[in-house]
Amino acid sequence: MEDFEDNEFDGPIKKFMYVNRKAPYGTVYALEGLEVVLITAAFDQDVCLVFVDDGVFQIKKDQETTGINMKNFSPTYRALEGYDVEKIYVEKESLESRGFSEDDLVIPVEILSSAEISELMDAQDVIVTF
Amino acid sequence: MALLHTVNKSPFERNVISDCLRLAKDGSAILLIEDGVYAALEGTSASDEITRRNGSIKFFALGPDIEARGLSEKSLIEGLTLVDYSGFVDLVEEYSSVQSWL
Amino acid sequence: MDYTVNDQTINADEEGYITDISTWSIDLAGTIAETENIDMGDDHWEVVNFLRDYYEEYQIAPAVRVLTKAVKKSLGPEKGNSKYLYELFPYGPAKQACKIAGLPKPTGCV
Repeated sequence: MEDFEDNEFDGPIKKFMYVNRKAPYGTVYALEGLEVVLITAAFDQDVCLVFVDDGVFQIKKDQETTGINMKNFSPTYRALEGYDVEKIYVEKESLESRGFSEDDLVIPVEILSSAEISELMDAQDVIVTF
Repeated sequence: MALLHTVNKSPFERNVISDCLRLAKDGSAILLIEDGVYAALEGTSASDEITRRNGSIKFFALGPDIEARGLSEKSLIEGLTLVDYSGFVDLVEEYSSVQSWL
Repeated sequence: MDYTVNDQTINADEEGYITDISTWSIDLAGTIAETENIDMGDDHWEVVNFLRDYYEEYQIAPAVRVLTKAVKKSLGPEKGNSKYLYELFPYGPAKQACKIAGLPKPTGCV
């Protein structure tokens, strides 16, 4: 990963979508998924992130994990911008059925309907779901 | 004697809380832990089931799991009691046995 | 590969990254820098402190590309480039500077 040159990857660029569907601390999927996104962000692909179902809980504000003795990784989502991952979508239906709104989230996102998310999925080369 | 039920799965992902509510008798208690605490949220697609039994069943949620997930106390179903780890132990002691819904 | 600082043992993994970030101290940073053959000057400290601030905010050690960009944004282009950072930390700014800063190995480095 430690390229001396600040050169860019010049292979074919594919559209990658990472779909986050799990709550953050009950299983390891959310954290592992985030690490995969950060690692692959180095390859200059066209990456987008989608939060659906319990995945929206990953980016809930005000997480405080001292009491359960686990690492609070919610601040790391704010680093995604620096990794050039800027297309972040949340499914409206998932957010609303959990009683949340955009103001409850740690990062700015674009809210899309289920139909819009399906369209977006159709347009991808690779979809990876955690 | 009354049972203490513990539920650790999100109600949006698995229907464990529904299964538990179907078989839990009045007078028993349900303690929400880990991802089960998402069932404690008021005004969600899953909260009606709990509010319907609220009163005949005592509902508890583990505070450290609530805080970890960034859920504020005022967003929780009314009448639900938060306990810490020692409160969890007290409940285990108080009820005749524990049924863990995995 | 543990470190000994002021008669205290600080645990580290086989590559020399400390295992508990809360055990970090300025003295420890000096000790790690010695084992890395780095003579810490103000410029080195500037990068190490930058990394510690980054970790505090985002809870990860940045990949080198991200570090370079962030340094550029906050300290200017004469410091936010690979050449400058590799001159300070010849074996890799992310790897060596992160180690001295007490951070875990950057995500994505093998």
